[in-house]
Amino acid sequence: MIQALVFYLFATVTVLSAVMVVTSRNPVHSVLFLILAFFNAAALFLLMGAEFIAMMLVVVYVGAVAVLFLFVVMMLDINFTALRQGFQTYLPIGLLIGVVLFVEILISLGAWSIGPEMIAAASAPTPAPADVSNTKAIGKLLYTQYVLLFQISGLILLVAMIGAIVLTLRQRPGVLRQTISEQVSRRPADVVSLVDVNKGEGV
Amino acid sequence: MTVQDALPGLLQEYLPILIFLMIAIGLAVVMAFGSMIIGPSRPDSEKLSAYECGFEAFNDSRGQFDVRFYLVAILFIIFDLEVAFLFPWAVSLSDVGLFGFWSMVLFLGVLTIGFIYEWKKGALEWE
Amino acid sequence: MMTTTLPVMMPAMAEIFLAAAGMALLMYGVFTQRDGQSEGTAWGTIVAMLVAAGLVIIYGGPVAGEPAFYGQFATGHFTQFAKVLILVGAAVAVWMSVRYMRAESSNRFEFPVLVLFATIGMLVMVSANDLIALYMGIELQSLSLYVIASIRRDSLRATEAGLKYFVLGAVSSGMLLYACSLIYGFSGTTQFAGLATVLTGEATPLGLIVGLVFLISGLAFKISAVPFHMWTPDVYEGAPTPVTALFAVAPKIAAVCLILRTMMGPFGGLIADWQQVITLISIASMVLGAIAAIQQTNLKRLMAYSSIGHMGFALVGVAAGNQAGAQAVLIYMAIYLFMNVGTFAVILSMRKEGRYVENIADLAGLNKSHPLMALAMLIFMFSMAGIPPLAGFFSKWYVFFAAIEAGLFGLAVIGVLASVVGAFYYIRIIKVMYFDEAEAPLDSKISREMRIIMGFTAVVSLLFFILPAPVVDQAAAAAQTLFTN
Repeated sequence: MIQALVFYLFATVTVLSAVMVVTSRNPVHSVLFLILAFFNAAALFLLMGAEFIAMMLVVVYVGAVAVLFLFVVMMLDINFTALRQGFQTYLPIGLLIGVVLFVEILISLGAWSIGPEMIAAASAPTPAPADVSNTKAIGKLLYTQYVLLFQISGLILLVAMIGAIVLTLRQRPGVLRQTISEQVSRRPADVVSLVDVNKGEGV
Repeated sequence: MTVQDALPGLLQEYLPILIFLMIAIGLAVVMAFGSMIIGPSRPDSEKLSAYECGFEAFNDSRGQFDVRFYLVAILFIIFDLEVAFLFPWAVSLSDVGLFGFWSMVLFLGVLTIGFIYEWKKGALEWE
Repeated sequence: MMTTTLPVMMPAMAEIFLAAAGMALLMYGVFTQRDGQSEGTAWGTIVAMLVAAGLVIIYGGPVAGEPAFYGQFATGHFTQFAKVLILVGAAVAVWMSVRYMRAESSNRFEFPVLVLFATIGMLVMVSANDLIALYMGIELQSLSLYVIASIRRDSLRATEAGLKYFVLGAVSSGMLLYACSLIYGFSGTTQFAGLATVLTGEATPLGLIVGLVFLISGLAFKISAVPFHMWTPDVYEGAPTPVTALFAVAPKIAAVCLILRTMMGPFGGLIADWQQVITLISIASMVLGAIAAIQQTNLKRLMAYSSIGHMGFALVGVAAGNQAGAQAVLIYMAIYLFMNVGTFAVILSMRKEGRYVENIADLAGLNKSHPLMALAMLIFMFSMAGIPPLAGFFSKWYVFFAAIEAGLFGLAVIGVLASVVGAFYYIRIIKVMYFDEAEAPLDSKISREMRIIMGFTAVVSLLFFILPAPVVDQAAAAAQTLFTN
């Protein structure tokens, strides 16, 4: 009863804030509504018992991705009123695609059933949540059974790092920097020179 | 106790957070609407205009950011994800054994290579 | 299920070696190389790819006993064949890039390293034996390629190409993930072996069919098959030419082989469902590739439409869904690799007063200034058009033969018609080269590596009919592994 009530509360807020992401005029507001949607989605995951994914949604999506979105929105100098010009014309086709996808989900989920042979085929049966917390259940599989995929994800992160630097890092020439080791290791003999100046001639 | 009986074990632990959330939302609503109702409100167009010889506002308050902020944010996300991988590992270390341990060390090694790369490239320096 | 024993890792030796080499080269580059001199990492990358090809041949064969990485990593003749093609294609693309990048003063040591990581992604794609491995391979490949496409970040066209590629690629990755989750939800497993036992073709749930269609759409984007081809001409035109050469060859081979393995392996039981979708995509690609290429004036755009058409022909073999079809697709991709690499070597040799040019009109009078290069281009164009006895004719012949064997007569007839229409624009290039007068001739100096590549690929395309056995036999052995397990 309480669970259902809480579910409908969070689900409603998720859907409404998702709508606001698309429709609000100010892109910064869009990002803020996106954060709200993330939070509510995390709560929905929690209600399903997916504790780990809920926390990851908060840590990674709210903590990092949304901040990145905010930076991107601030960084781009876009005339947002001009950007919205096409909104009206593309609205019907966008709605149509949305409806088609929704109907597809309805039809395919309406026929959802798992036969006994499919359960037998499952590669790693999920342990009951009472026996083991789902963070632990993920950990038990991710680093051993799925070591190949785990290491590939490491490589993907490496490529993301290289890519971000290749595409955006610019070295500005002529920037003065303080190098403390150079300052400390400087000796008078390296920089000071005594010059004998004849009278009346100057340096 | 009736409330706690109605929830499965996992969700009981989150009940305080739900209560906290309710109170926070309630308090925020009360404050926002309370000040709207109780506070004096005498709107005047002069109150919105620039003070004395100040400039009239003529453009958006949002300034453009340097692309560096983006680079810092994306490097943060990458290491954030790396940390996300550490949680289940830390919890299940006693179960996954030496193999699981070294598999994580290898993963961290790959990202350390990336870290050395960005350090040497000067991506972590501001100017 | 607890796993404490070490996984079988030897079959993935090539991938492990490449990953280690990529990181070593990154460190070498960042510690020793300044921008503007990236030859060190480029040569290192080429050597690493060739060593990896050797490792694939030695260790990548069929494994007796426990499969590699708990059954997530497939090995055998099929993956060996595809991986050697991919590694050779990527290595040649890097080789062709060295001089170009230096001349355009955009050589950065990260470029070959990113190509290396993209190649690892392609190898994982080919070996993927699990839906998650499939997705991870595609992501590793695509993420590197997005960056490579806009590596010349100060060029407006290159950044536009990279952005288009990235946005549409992200959409297709989304479709793939949606497909994977639907398939997992309705079958209870992500492993290909498990899927093959569950999907027998009887009483398939509707959601699974939806998932399958989404999977095909996501993969069709990666090989730029119609109607998921919109990005191709812009990306091909905007990216630096050696990058375009890479795009045209290695990722296409990887994705086609992935489609082949996925359709014939885990989804083999659903052939009745996917055959019509693949047939439709194949026809659309062949027809659009043939018709849209006619109006192009830019050689790289032309090559984009040409590759769309070629993917359509390769999909004819997939649609056949039999062993002959799989063999035909592998032969097609091998010959496609040679023809494309050769053509791009010609494009990369087109320079006027030191600047690279890429319009069809710039080829005018090539016969007089560079008779041998014109001859090589003639061979490539005739071969792509499918004129006997050149290699391209045989690749098409095998594909159509497989389609007829599978009873897809309509598809074969449309394919033949499309290749006749397509021959028009290939022959137009030959006409420009041999019969048009040049305003300003191309520079006379052609670099040594381009001459070697052009010469070798032209000889292969010309003399394939004398000694087809190495390719055909290997492809037959490779195709057989798809149908025995």
